[in-house]
Amino acid sequence: MPLENKEFKPKIVAFCCNWCSYAGADLAGSSRLTYPADVKIIRVPCSCRVNPMFILRAFEKGADGVIMCGCHPGDCHYSTGNYYARRRMTLLFSMLDYIGVENGRTRVEWVSAAEGVKFSETMNSFVEKIYSLGENVRLGDLRCKS
Amino acid sequence: MQRIGVFVCHCGSNIAATVDVSKVAEMSLMEPGVVHAEDYQYMCSEAGQAKIAAAIKEKNLTGIVVCSCSPRMHEATFRKAAERAGLNPYMVEIANIREHCSWIHKDMEEATKKAVILMRAAVAKVNLNAPLQAGESRVTKRALVIGGGIAGIQTALDIADAGYEVDIVEKTPSIGGRMSQLDKTFPTLDCSACILTPKMVEASAHEKITIYTYSEVEKVSGFVGDFTVDIRKKARSVDMNKCTGCGVCQEKCPSKKAPSEFNRGLNTRSAIYTPFAQAIPNVPVIDREACIKFKTGKCGICSKVCQAGAVDYEQKDEIISEKYGAIVVATGFDTINLDKYDEYAYSQSKDVITSLELERVMNAAGPTHGHLERLSDGKAPKEIVFIQCVGSRCSDDRGKPYCSKICCMYTAKHAMLIRDKYPDVNVTVFYIDVRTPGKNFDEFYRRAVEQYGVNYIKGQVGKVIPQPDGKLLVQGSDLLDNRQILKEADMVVLATAIEPNPDVRKIATMLTASIDTNNFLTEAHAKLRPVESPTAGIFLSGVCQGPKDIPETVAQAGAAAVKAIGLLAKDKLMTNPCTAQSDILLCNGCSTCENVCPYGAITYEDKEVNDHGIRETRRVAVVNNALCQGCGACTVACPSGAMDLQGFSNRQILAEVDAICR
Amino acid sequence: MQELINRAKELLADGTVARVLGWKAGDLPYNPEPAYFETEEDLKDFVYNGFCGANLSKYMIEASKLEGKTMVCLKPCDTYSFNQLIKEHRVDREKAYIVGVGCKGKLDIERIRKQGVKGIERIEGAEITDDAETLKIQTIYGEKTIPYADAMLERCHVCKGKDHMIFDEQIGESKETKDAERFVEVERIEAMSPEEKFAYFRSELSKCIRCNACRNACPACSCRKCVFDSNKFDSSQKANVDSFEEKMFHIIRAFHVAGRCTDCGECSRVCPQGIPLHLFNRKFIKDIDELYGEYQAGADTDSTAPLTDYTFEDAEPSIVGKRG
Repeated sequence: MPLENKEFKPKIVAFCCNWCSYAGADLAGSSRLTYPADVKIIRVPCSCRVNPMFILRAFEKGADGVIMCGCHPGDCHYSTGNYYARRRMTLLFSMLDYIGVENGRTRVEWVSAAEGVKFSETMNSFVEKIYSLGENVRLGDLRCKS
Repeated sequence: MQRIGVFVCHCGSNIAATVDVSKVAEMSLMEPGVVHAEDYQYMCSEAGQAKIAAAIKEKNLTGIVVCSCSPRMHEATFRKAAERAGLNPYMVEIANIREHCSWIHKDMEEATKKAVILMRAAVAKVNLNAPLQAGESRVTKRALVIGGGIAGIQTALDIADAGYEVDIVEKTPSIGGRMSQLDKTFPTLDCSACILTPKMVEASAHEKITIYTYSEVEKVSGFVGDFTVDIRKKARSVDMNKCTGCGVCQEKCPSKKAPSEFNRGLNTRSAIYTPFAQAIPNVPVIDREACIKFKTGKCGICSKVCQAGAVDYEQKDEIISEKYGAIVVATGFDTINLDKYDEYAYSQSKDVITSLELERVMNAAGPTHGHLERLSDGKAPKEIVFIQCVGSRCSDDRGKPYCSKICCMYTAKHAMLIRDKYPDVNVTVFYIDVRTPGKNFDEFYRRAVEQYGVNYIKGQVGKVIPQPDGKLLVQGSDLLDNRQILKEADMVVLATAIEPNPDVRKIATMLTASIDTNNFLTEAHAKLRPVESPTAGIFLSGVCQGPKDIPETVAQAGAAAVKAIGLLAKDKLMTNPCTAQSDILLCNGCSTCENVCPYGAITYEDKEVNDHGIRETRRVAVVNNALCQGCGACTVACPSGAMDLQGFSNRQILAEVDAICR
Repeated sequence: MQELINRAKELLADGTVARVLGWKAGDLPYNPEPAYFETEEDLKDFVYNGFCGANLSKYMIEASKLEGKTMVCLKPCDTYSFNQLIKEHRVDREKAYIVGVGCKGKLDIERIRKQGVKGIERIEGAEITDDAETLKIQTIYGEKTIPYADAMLERCHVCKGKDHMIFDEQIGESKETKDAERFVEVERIEAMSPEEKFAYFRSELSKCIRCNACRNACPACSCRKCVFDSNKFDSSQKANVDSFEEKMFHIIRAFHVAGRCTDCGECSRVCPQGIPLHLFNRKFIKDIDELYGEYQAGADTDSTAPLTDYTFEDAEPSIVGKRG
């Protein structure tokens, strides 16, 4: 199918921890703070539940950007989960950068339950970044795209 | 194959105005496993829940997806509804099409598309759900209250009166908190000590209450119903059982230069001291930094004069480990540091003071014995200027973005009390807004203006300049008359913003309770669960949750107590079944997961396995489901994928990813 | 080599060990392979020379389950892997009698071939005890000589040192062969533009045939069942030309061994397609060293691994973009 005339609508996956960032997203919603519909949120108990496999799988299946949000360091509901997540994601993102995947396609932000504004601002800026990067041709398995 | 029902909620017009709900329902029928779909006005209503129950029974559903508001709102509601209809409650998934969709998108087509995708992700997940059984855990029928101010005292009294043991941990040598430092209270002008002291005495005399003063929480482990807390009892250097509280040691102590914390550093105290006369317990502590005996090894006067032989220089910190079912945080507040507000000359002039310092100046037990006088020269002031919102409602990073809430009222109180006692003193208040919502509050403020002639000026003060003659030149503006004001004052009082006690962040981290950017503890729900932390078993009392005055604090303290009692009254709690599980055949026994588990829930055992006919003994990970809280750290640490999380399994999350990226 | 064989005979004879884990001669002079020897008779095939690159520590996982002790020959760099396996409870220290064998750098037949040497019949100078600085190679086209260092495996040019981290006894002298910086190649790639990086890894990884040799040789990749073989992640093992699958496999493989990889270089040594797989692991090692402090997996058996550790001040993931 020819893609050239199709308007670019990015697919963006956001992993949000249940205790802070998912609640922050809820607060953004109840405060009617908009961000583009391209962002789809997956609820996980903690940022430390996010396996690098999930992120690569998203890219494999055609995601253009993946963002992970968790509690601020020091505020993890499970005390230490986001510390482990921070190291894992730092190394993973560094590896993706190393193999030539545009660095802007992955991001980690710490968003508390009280930060509806930050959640919405983060998503707006991330989506903007993905629009500027365009379609993810490097990491997507082309055959999986419709 | 699952038999899934999809239920799409209109939420009145909250969802239906932006999302084509019938389209979402219709589209869901094309998803694998979906055998039933419907939409309804309010799924959470009784009628809505009845529809779910009916469909579960009629269509033999094995799983349901509710497309509605956030699972944080109604997941529990729908799980219960499913359970009543005979479905395992963990076969329910929520697609959040309100907070994450209809409320943030305007375009109907776009929002509907997104809602469909969120529905698909939830259906994909529920296809892989398995019934889970909640376990049980015990409840220790004892509560811990952190902080011994009015909030902590009230909470402790209420819990104790319900028949449960309560421990209060207070950092300073006495309970009483900020309220004990206040002179009078608004809007009735009661003497603060007169209403607080009886509560303090009641708490200390209560047979169910144990008070640990001069103590701090050191470590918290465990979870709701079964916390284990280490409390550090700092060395008091005085034996609490022997001391009679006669006070001779304090009189005779030759070191009297330590700034008095109770009087906000406006005067000094002895090295062995009780913070104030009505302190509970009435047992002094030795401030080892100020004590000559501890600094030089010589002195020992207090020990010599103590008839009871209570002074013990060798005393050491003691760690007490205790189990609790519930923990109430009541850590209170302090005023902010004014270093960044140099324009008000707080650090340059002794006659520029904070409102809390004024409380001490006006108090008979304070540094001036209750006489209103300038702290620089002891002269009686004739002209006093109050400056409101110092550090409150601040848009830059010097102060706080929030309203400290109590300042308008206490300034009206101060102004009124001064005008009442010293009618010849002029009082001027510079304010941005006067905020007096509350029972009898506005009447109180109007009395200050109308009956006591307090001069209120709407406008901000730009600068306070100390003059060579000792006066203070106040430069301000009057926004209503649109003019600049230059006013000479003898004293300037700053309505300094309040902030949560700086220690609260450390405590929140230990409790894994959420905290916001201003260091206020976050409530589980801003409106509907205002005294609970999102962390189960942790309750919030007083200003640690947000600025409030005494009546609000006492009301909230009681509410927190009721929530704690509600927990302690249970014998058993249902535990979250979304815990980690290790696949015995895939486990390498490498201990990586054990190293990242914050709960010590993973141990290793040698187990007999039958791996496709090969029988052998292997070292494998075993998860203690009572300890596991379901964070999932182990699942990612595990290289072989042996460790997985029930309810959030690898395959479930991947199915969601696939559905979203489809 | 003879000293090693004599000692092996003694240990078998006095019952200290039930078997010997070493290398036996292959059908060509440059392809010895790992083998068990249970009798004096078996040991006639025992060989130890410059082509015995294989890291035997991983074989001890299975050997630990056997009756009796196993004498295992470990080169200095192999002992790091063995320590790491002890740390992860994968081998039983009590079941191993570790003979730390000498090493003066191991040889890479592919590098020899790349220098135009074909039709090899016999190689001189590959013995450990040999002081020769050059290899004399008899080929069907005549004799060729190559400096020993020019025929060494990449990993030997960044040798971790001649000391055995763990052993029961040592036989033979070792020599540190380090003559290059460990991270030069990683730095070269880091300096590329994203397009160049992508082109480089795409061309390398598109050679992958998913034979799993890297996985099978890697001492850290010791899972009973690989996630890529289980249904836990819905991941399949398959080779696709220029698709995502290989990238995912190699990234995840490197991620799973991050903080555990001793940089033994077996992955690259065994890859039949000559993919420089160690460059993934070494990138993680470099990042870990820079971000969380220098760490050598296998240097001990009790330190906390970088990915199971943290500090409050750890770098944020955004550092990746900032470092440029």
